Amino acid sequence: MNEQELIQSIIGKLVEQGVIGTLVEQGVITGAPSAETVAAVSASPSASQGDAGEPVTLPPLNEVKVDKPKNMAALEAMRKTTPARIFMGRCGARQKTHSFLHFQADHAAAVDAVFMDVSDACLAENGLFGVQTLVKDKDEFLMKPELGKKLNEAAKKTIAEKCVKGAQVQIIVVDGLSSTAIEANIADTVPALIQGLKAEGISVGTPFFIKYGRVGVMDEVGALLDCDVVVELVGERPGLITAESMSAYMVYKAGKKTVEADRTIISNIHKGGTPPAEAGAHMATVVKQMLSHKASGVTLSEAMRG
Amino acid sequence: MNLRSKIGDKVFTFQSVREVMAKANNEKSGDALAGIAAESATERVAAKLCLANLQLKDIYENPVIAYDNDEVTRVIYDDLNTTIYESVKNWSVAELREFILKSRRQGDLLNISRGLTSEMIAAAAKLMSTMDLVYASKKIKVSAHCNTTIGLPGTLSFRCQPNHPTDSIEGILASLKEGLSFGSGDACIGVNPVEDNVEGFTRVMRAITDFKGKYEIPTQCVVLAHITTQMQAMEKGVPVDLLFQSIAGTQSANDAFGISATMLAEAREMALRLGTSTGPNVIYFETGQGSEISLDCHHGVDIMTLEARCYGLARRFNPFMLNNVSGFIGPETIYTGKEVIRADLEDLFMGKMHGLSMGIAPCYTNHMKADQDDQELGTMLCAMAGSNFFMGVSGGDDCMLNYQDTSFHDDAATREILALRPAPEFEKWLEKMGIMEEGCLTDAAGDASIFDK
Repeated sequence: MNEQELIQSIIGKLVEQGVIGTLVEQGVITGAPSAETVAAVSASPSASQGDAGEPVTLPPLNEVKVDKPKNMAALEAMRKTTPARIFMGRCGARQKTHSFLHFQADHAAAVDAVFMDVSDACLAENGLFGVQTLVKDKDEFLMKPELGKKLNEAAKKTIAEKCVKGAQVQIIVVDGLSSTAIEANIADTVPALIQGLKAEGISVGTPFFIKYGRVGVMDEVGALLDCDVVVELVGERPGLITAESMSAYMVYKAGKKTVEADRTIISNIHKGGTPPAEAGAHMATVVKQMLSHKASGVTLSEAMRG
Repeated sequence: MNLRSKIGDKVFTFQSVREVMAKANNEKSGDALAGIAAESATERVAAKLCLANLQLKDIYENPVIAYDNDEVTRVIYDDLNTTIYESVKNWSVAELREFILKSRRQGDLLNISRGLTSEMIAAAAKLMSTMDLVYASKKIKVSAHCNTTIGLPGTLSFRCQPNHPTDSIEGILASLKEGLSFGSGDACIGVNPVEDNVEGFTRVMRAITDFKGKYEIPTQCVVLAHITTQMQAMEKGVPVDLLFQSIAGTQSANDAFGISATMLAEAREMALRLGTSTGPNVIYFETGQGSEISLDCHHGVDIMTLEARCYGLARRFNPFMLNNVSGFIGPETIYTGKEVIRADLEDLFMGKMHGLSMGIAPCYTNHMKADQDDQELGTMLCAMAGSNFFMGVSGGDDCMLNYQDTSFHDDAATREILALRPAPEFEKWLEKMGIMEEGCLTDAAGDASIFDK
C-alpha cells in the first residue's frame, strides 16, 4: 500500500465511523488535500465550509500576553508607554506563536515595501507619467545609492517634452525605499498640496514619478526645469512599526550646488503619523515661506527666526 | 615581495598589498561599490593565494594608508611591540593562520597579538572559512571590568537596550524592566538617545541610574550620545559609568564622526577621574564594516581591513566592550544574510585577536536581503565562537533605530542552548529577584511587573 492508498483507507474508515462525512462529501478533505484546504480547515474547524466565517487574524500588538503576571494592571499601563514589542510573553525562552508570526508579517510588509515597485495602476490613478534613474534594477538601486540620484537620458528627454519650464513649483514622486508609502499616501497628499499652492496663486508644473530614485534626484530635476522650488515625495526606509511612512523634501533653487542642509524635510507622513492630506496642506504653507524668503533648509529656519 | 599568483594556467598580477587585501575578501557589496572587489571567483582565490605567501614584514612595510597621512595608521604602528614583531616578521600569512588555528593557549595568541598590526590580523582572517573563524575565535576570551566583569569563561552577557522613539522615560523603563526580567543587562544598560544634547542625556542617564540604584543592579549605565556630550555632562556632575563612542578605521572617517585619538584619550582620562564606575575599563566602542564607505572616507581600502584598523585604534583605550554592528550600516556595504554572517564572524575573530572584549550585534535592516533566520544563525555562530555579549532588544525590533537585533528571547535562548551563564554578580542578583535558578529562567521570568509588586 503506498502513501496515497493509506490516506484513502484511513479517510474511508473515518467516513464509516461518521467522523468526517460532511467534509469529504463537500470535497474539503480528499486523499491529497491542497495547502489551501488544509489552511481553511484548521482556521475554522467548526465551519461546514472551508471559506465560511471570518478569516483568522493576528491579535493586536498592544495586548499584554504575559502568562500569570504579578501585576497585570501595571503591565497594561506600561504597555501604553512605548511602541516597542514588549510583553508578548514567552514559551520557554522563545516567542509565542502569534507574536512570532506578527514579527514575520511586519518584516514581510517592510520587505515588500522595499522590493516591490510602485504599480502602473497607482501612477495612472494619480495622473503621473513615469521616468527612471540610471539604476537598472532593485539590487543595483540598493547597492549603488549614487546612481539613484541621476536621471537616465530617456528620462531627461521625456521630462523636457512633457513638463513646462519655469513653473514656481515642481512636484515629483519618488519610490525611494518604500513603494508602499507612495501607494498609501500620494492620492491624498498631491491634490492637497496642489490645491494649497493654487489657492496662494503659486504656479505648479506637471507632477511626475521617478523609479529607483533617491532624495538627491530632485537636484537634477530642479536644474532641468528651472523651477523655484522642487517638492519631492519619497518613500522612507520601512521599520517594523510601519512600512507606509513617506517624507517630503523641499529645496529652493535645487541644482548642482544643493547640499543636505538646503533641504527642508517633513517626515513620518502616514495615517499613524502626520496624515497625508494634512501633510500636503502643510507643505503648501512651507513652500510659500520658501518663495517669500527665497531660501530653504537651515537658511530658511534662520531667516524665519529673524 | 611577490604580487603574482597562478591558478591553473592563469596568471594574476596585483599592483599593491592593498589590492591583494581587497581582492582576497569574501564577497561584500561595499568592496564592489568602491570598485576594489575581485572581478571573478578565480581572481578572489588568486588574491588569497598571493596573500597567503606574503610575509608579515611585506604587510608592515606597505601600510594600506601611509603613516604620515593617517592617525589610525600611526596609532597601530606606534603601539606595536617591536620585539614580538621582529620574532614573527618573516612568517608568511599562511603560517600566521596556521599558528592561530593550532594554538592551544590563549596566552600565546595574545602575546603574538602585540606584535601584529591590524592589517596582519585581517590578512589571516581573509584566509579563514566560517568554521575556521569560529574555531579561532573560541580560543580567545578576554574579560574586562567596569563595575562588574564581562567575558569570563562560560558566561554570555547582554546590553539591555531599552530605546524609545521620543526618549520617554516611562517607555524606556517599561522595556528595561522586561529586559532585566529575561536576564538581559549584565553587560550594561544602554540607551540610544533621540536627542543628542546634555539635557536629554542627563534626563535619560539619571532615570536609568536611579533605577539601577533602587534595585541594586550590579551593572553599568551608558547613554550613547556623542562623546563630547557625555564629557560635558560628566563635568556637570552627571553620573557616568561607561563612555560610548563610534569609531572608524581611517582618520578622515573619524574626522566625520567628530573624534580623534587625542579626544578619546582625554575622554578616557576624564572618565577615570570623574566617572562613577570602578574601572579600569570605562569605554564602550561601536564599529561596523563599511562605515568608511558610507562616509566616502575609505582611501581605496577594503571594508574588512578598515574594520580591523578600528580594533587597532580601540585597543589603545582598553575598552570594557567593543560592539560590532556590521549589519546596521546598509545594503551598499553589506547586502545579503550570507555577507552579514561572514562579517560578524570575521569581526569577532579580528577583535578578539586584538585582545579586545568583543561582542556582536548580529543585526539587519529592512533594505538588506537578510531576515530573521540569517540573524539567528549569526547569533548562534557568534555565541559558539565565544562572543562576550550581544544586545537585548524588546521583541528583536528597535523601535527607535529601526533595525532588528537580538531579542531578550534570543539572548535567553542562546544562554540555554550553550549552557552559558550571566556575569557572576548579575546572576546572584537575578537569583535574589527570583528571575533565575541554577542558571535557568524561573516561571517568574519575563514578567516586567515583578518590579511593580
